[in-house]
Amino acid sequence: MPQALDTLKETPSQTAGPYVHIGLMPNFVGIHGAHAEDLGGRMLNDKAKGQRIAIEGHVFDGTGEPLRDCVIEIWQADAAGLYPSPSETRGTADPNFAGWGRAAADPQSGLYRFETIKPGRVPFPDGRLQGPHVSLWIVARGINLGLNTRMYFSDEAEANAADPILLRIEHRTRVPTLIGTRTGDSYRFDIHLQGPDETVFFDI
Amino acid sequence: MSGRSNEAPETGPFYPRDRLWHPPALTPAYKTTVLRSPQRAPISFSNTMSEMTGPVFGPNIIGELDNDLIHNFAKPGESAQGPRIIVHGRVLDERGRPVPGVLIEFWQANAAGRYRHKKDGYLAPLDPNFGGCGRALSGEDGSYAFRTIKPGAYPWPNGVNDWRPAHIHFAIFGSGFAQRLITQMYFEGDPLIKLDPMTGGLSDRRAVEQLIAPLDMARTIPMDATAYKFDIVLRGRRSTMFENRLEGN
Ligand SMILES: [Fe+3]
Repeated sequence: MPQALDTLKETPSQTAGPYVHIGLMPNFVGIHGAHAEDLGGRMLNDKAKGQRIAIEGHVFDGTGEPLRDCVIEIWQADAAGLYPSPSETRGTADPNFAGWGRAAADPQSGLYRFETIKPGRVPFPDGRLQGPHVSLWIVARGINLGLNTRMYFSDEAEANAADPILLRIEHRTRVPTLIGTRTGDSYRFDIHLQGPDETVFFDI
Repeated sequence: MSGRSNEAPETGPFYPRDRLWHPPALTPAYKTTVLRSPQRAPISFSNTMSEMTGPVFGPNIIGELDNDLIHNFAKPGESAQGPRIIVHGRVLDERGRPVPGVLIEFWQANAAGRYRHKKDGYLAPLDPNFGGCGRALSGEDGSYAFRTIKPGAYPWPNGVNDWRPAHIHFAIFGSGFAQRLITQMYFEGDPLIKLDPMTGGLSDRRAVEQLIAPLDMARTIPMDATAYKFDIVLRGRRSTMFENRLEGN
């Protein structure tokens, strides 16, 4: 026998379950006093640079019914394309923008909504620029491993056409599942867990 | 910012996730997955900054009672009811290195198995002094700890007589968005674990065992609380010059 590798296995995922709000956004479900405010509810302050936008939509199950119990987190670059993270080596991100947000689907309508800014472009490892995008992570009852996807912007057709990740999608008819459609300053991004319009999810 | 100022931040890509170690999206015995599981293969790509970076939380967001579920929702002078326990462990990466500055959020049912959530209709009573949520930040050595009451098992509408083993839900941030993880901690010796459709989705028995916290007498507080140890392993990342070779070079 050779020596053993001292590697560990990642802790296995388990579903967030139906009561995920208790842990991630207790005030949202009426548990007040434990934490002053729910994390991720405000992504920016008045001094943040960039174009104010909203992102909203539904997450649909295989019957087309919206999930009313999911929680979504987003992570994105600032207006200059920089991330507020110690791993960001290209510069210092806007201190007035968090880059990260968390929202629950509305318990009645299932609508989720983020108020944020439009991100700048971020390079792919080989230096090519990616289209502006927002990374999403979706958890809920019935989802065993949190789902990763991205939203690109409908008014960035040229950048999207050169995006290394969108280019990688073999079935071109699926690319529109990753594009948020603009109306004014708002982008609609519906996520389909199954069916003919199933959203492209990523193994990142 | 986390307390890693003396160390160069890790900037490399993550090791690919071993998706076969996790439960598959579709586990029919857990019925809700049937309509909520993507059916097409997820698309893989090399990590970019969007995956390698992630939000960082500092100690300033952690309140004094955030790691004490016995008291963080209780009226002054009162405390939550049930068997008092300490849950502690370390956050490590796949190389076994401690991961400091990790925000861990946890939530659970009360001692009777009831959640403080309007969707929970189980007939067990709510405890007026128990909210069921808390959070902690891992230290320089990756360690974390909190105090709570042992949650009760509870029935859930799946099969006609399905019971969840006692468990605590954990949501964990790493240093990059690709490390984001939600899991559940179970308790050593619970006979309901082997009947549970959620752990049943794990194909390797060792993966189930990785979610079961052993009783840890060394960390108990005599005449006060027993203790359970739950180590958490996040995805590892490449960090040396050799491993950081840019794609295509
Ligand atoms: Fe639960």
